[in-house]
Amino acid sequence: MKNLYISGIFACLAIAGQVQAADNEIMIVIKNHQFTPSEIRVPVQQRIKLNIHNQDSTAEEFESHSLNREKLIPAGAKAVIYIGPLKAGSYDFFGEFNQSTAKGVFIAE
Amino acid sequence: MFGTGLIVFRETLEAALFIGIIAAATRSLEGRTRWLVLGVALGAIGSLIIASVMERISNLASGLGQDLLNAIILSTALLMLSWHSIWVTAHAREMSEQARRIGTKVSQGTAALWAVTVAVAMTVLREGAETVLFVAGLVSGSTEGIASLVVGAMIGFALGVAVGFAIYRGLGYLNPRRLFSITNVLILLLAGNLASQLAKTLQQADWLSLLNNSAWDTTELLPNDSLLGLFMHGILGYDASPSQLQVLFYLLAITLISLGARHMKIQLKNTKS
Repeated sequence: MKNLYISGIFACLAIAGQVQAADNEIMIVIKNHQFTPSEIRVPVQQRIKLNIHNQDSTAEEFESHSLNREKLIPAGAKAVIYIGPLKAGSYDFFGEFNQSTAKGVFIAE
Repeated sequence: MFGTGLIVFRETLEAALFIGIIAAATRSLEGRTRWLVLGVALGAIGSLIIASVMERISNLASGLGQDLLNAIILSTALLMLSWHSIWVTAHAREMSEQARRIGTKVSQGTAALWAVTVAVAMTVLREGAETVLFVAGLVSGSTEGIASLVVGAMIGFALGVAVGFAIYRGLGYLNPRRLFSITNVLILLLAGNLASQLAKTLQQADWLSLLNNSAWDTTELLPNDSLLGLFMHGILGYDASPSQLQVLFYLLAITLISLGARHMKIQLKNTKS
């Protein structure tokens, strides 16, 4: 019964998610433990969809304290993360597993 | 080596604090050690399985498979912890009376222990799969000496476990009656933490796109990745800049569980008299 209830909730959420199409899509590639592009301009006060493709042979964790986001991206996998709406300003992000090289910033304007 | 240890410590700490609090809260339930060990073991085995198929999971649901898995893990843990919290509050008097008589234990606690076991397994699973992938990446992709990285990882793990154990022992010094009222509150906060992280997961995947703005920002005062920030996250569910939805979920979970506990207490009293 509980399971039925949970799957019901997720079905509704999935439908709600599909109705809301994201207008702002950004592609980011992880290679050699670096983000490309690493400096990204994004519009303010809008929902933004990040498509991140990890082309390395090891996992990475996309993380940003100022955006309140973290997501594991296994080797070779693609991941989607939604951020925003953002106020004008800059928002750092990094790869938790390779913090010395994997760094980047969003500039909302 | 230091960086490696720090990451593993961070992943371990949250699960260790969770288990430490649960272990203290269930002290007077018969057979609870066996149940908790089972929970940790299931979580650890699950972590290895999930880590080995994580790439496939990630690519599911057009890049949101992992969020779906996380949402399921978090909701399951939240439901189980809520049930446990309601049961324990309703049986509070019985539990603290039993705890004072050394050697006697509450024997009808199996349902509550089941719930806790699942919640512990889910918590270990969530932190464990990430740690496994991180360490696997180190071992396969590293140019530095692997030995020092593995030692770093092990130190980080041991320190995380030590903090969880310290919490457990610290709570053990309290007298039984006070212990139960404190662990009840701590479990309520753990449930709030799970609810807040569930909200974050749903927003990150855009399944629930409302109240996205942050409720506050205390990054400068107490950053998420500071030692105190990590500790506060594990105990209180602290987040330096949570979304408004996270705060709402947190408060909602705490309120609903408290109301549920009160309701069950009244019902038990009525059936007894």
